[in-house]
Amino acid sequence: MIDPLSVFLLLLSASTPILFAALGELVAERAGVLNLGVEGMMITGALAGFAAAYASGNPFLGFAAAALAGALISFLFVVLTQVFLANQVASGLALTLFGLGLAAMFGKPFEGVKAPPMPAGPLDINWIVWLGLAMVPAVWWFLNRSRPGLILRGVGENHDAAHALGYGVRATRMAAIAFGGAMAGVGGAFISIATVLQWTEGMTAGAGWIALAIVVFSRWTAPGVLAGAWLFGGVTVLQLRLQAAGVQVPVQLLSMAPYLATILVLVLISARQKFSRRGGGAAPGSLGLNFHALR
Amino acid sequence: MQRRTLLATASAAIMALAAPAMAQDEPLKVGFIYVGPVGDGGWTYQHDLARQAVEEEFGDRVETTFIESVPEGADAERALTQLALAGNKLIFATSFGFMDPVMNVAAKFPDVKFEHATGYKTAENVATYDARFYEGRAVIGTIAGRMTESNKIGYIGSFPIPEVIQGINSSFIHARKVNPDVEMRVVWAYSWFDPAKEAEAASALLAEGVDVILQHTDSTAPLAKAQEAGAIGFGQASDMAAFKPSPRVASIIDEWSPYYIKRVGEVLDGTWESGSSWAGIGDGEVVIGEITDAVPAEVKAEAEALRDKIGSGEYHPFTGPLNKADGTEWLAEGEVASDQDLQSMNFFVEGIDAQIPQ
Repeated sequence: MIDPLSVFLLLLSASTPILFAALGELVAERAGVLNLGVEGMMITGALAGFAAAYASGNPFLGFAAAALAGALISFLFVVLTQVFLANQVASGLALTLFGLGLAAMFGKPFEGVKAPPMPAGPLDINWIVWLGLAMVPAVWWFLNRSRPGLILRGVGENHDAAHALGYGVRATRMAAIAFGGAMAGVGGAFISIATVLQWTEGMTAGAGWIALAIVVFSRWTAPGVLAGAWLFGGVTVLQLRLQAAGVQVPVQLLSMAPYLATILVLVLISARQKFSRRGGGAAPGSLGLNFHALR
Repeated sequence: MQRRTLLATASAAIMALAAPAMAQDEPLKVGFIYVGPVGDGGWTYQHDLARQAVEEEFGDRVETTFIESVPEGADAERALTQLALAGNKLIFATSFGFMDPVMNVAAKFPDVKFEHATGYKTAENVATYDARFYEGRAVIGTIAGRMTESNKIGYIGSFPIPEVIQGINSSFIHARKVNPDVEMRVVWAYSWFDPAKEAEAASALLAEGVDVILQHTDSTAPLAKAQEAGAIGFGQASDMAAFKPSPRVASIIDEWSPYYIKRVGEVLDGTWESGSSWAGIGDGEVVIGEITDAVPAEVKAEAEALRDKIGSGEYHPFTGPLNKADGTEWLAEGEVASDQDLQSMNFFVEGIDAQIPQ
């Protein structure tokens, strides 16, 4: 029979890229920024990380470069939405397309070469997987127990009120977007450096979109993001594992399951908002809205 | 007045420029649409190498353009129309899912010739071409059967379509021929190219005790996973030489250049005719990449002998006696599978303990 521990170990590494990207997007969205450019930032990180790891021979340097590259490309989104107050949805989509194209162009010299091997971390689990798991309580603590986190949430819930209280809405959002970019970059680099060990165009194959779905599924909480990443990763791993063991499984149905769950969560959230006064677990109040200080 | 003079001068200049160009032979414009990016390192990469070979062969006589990452479906029709309107007289559509778009666009442009890869619909101006990948699978199946120590070999399938099923059957038949204890595990990834998913599929197979992985998906991710676990695998579509000498111990390379050069030449001569081409090892369209030293010399010699026998036409990978998985007879002793049988193959052969998803 299938050993549950081995499934769990596979699940851990399968969910790591989307966990990083979704945690980053969570922070951005809690600051009121809807950045649909996750896929573009991931692929940028995947390329930059791979290139740095390949050139230096050190995979960890690769992850650092990926974080930097993800944050740098997210600056494009910052300029568009925070300086020029462009529409966030359109800017995010543009960032995705731009990132995919940019990475494809600069990735040409890195096709066909191989990344240096990653040293295994404690319990034979990749160091970056551990880092991803550690980021969950860290992000939770930051959002719920720290003062900067409180300000960030305030900016996301009601930017006019936060501004009236004297908090820098734009600066907070810039920092949140950059953090989201860095996290997406690391998530993308996990695919190129730790999973595939090679650079290929379009290698993130939609992981960024799954990360966006997970943030909704999580109801904008860090533990929810972990649950979502494990659900998405777990379903994939489990159905492949069942197939490998020769069990007949309805593959398409299982692949659909996490998306169905996300739709269900969305329905539940809107129902709760309609029927309860507390309206818990809803999207941040200023999500996707641009802020312009009139006074 | 001045404006009119300017216009007159401009049009005269254009006429003057255009005239000599019209006088000499215009290059034949050849268009390509690809389902993936040219940098995928696999399927599309190989098609693009063949396009470059066409340019090299004919020089100034041809002019090629390509559109990459075209999704299968309605968008393909738009891309094909665009190529036809741009004056391309020969268009290669390099994926199965472009079939109906090709037929629709071909009906609208009767003077444009179309070549559709791996499909089965033809018309006056639509030809199809494919490669007998299953011949290559027989060779690597032999190596897999010899190399496995756990007697479990894994196969990452893309979609349950005849082309992929042929490959699974062919590799299994030849693995079992050299190793009667061998078992085959099949995982469907439902994607031609998704490195993360392919890596997970490989991990799932490895966790199941598989130590040789075959793949019909296009990324190198399964090889990377095989390497971590000390297992072996094979290059798919392109050589995947970065993983030599192990885990990549051999590869099946799609070599489209001979066909593309031949067909472009025929259009230039005016001898092009519609038809269906299905070439294999013998025609140089399916190439076995270098078998590395990770494989013992006698296994290598055995595999190469099989390759040469298939190439010369002396041996067909689907030669009876062969039964279907449900136990019914498919091919009698010495009987060879017909091409129609292969092109509609929707069953596993006896011994593969798995179901084909319907």
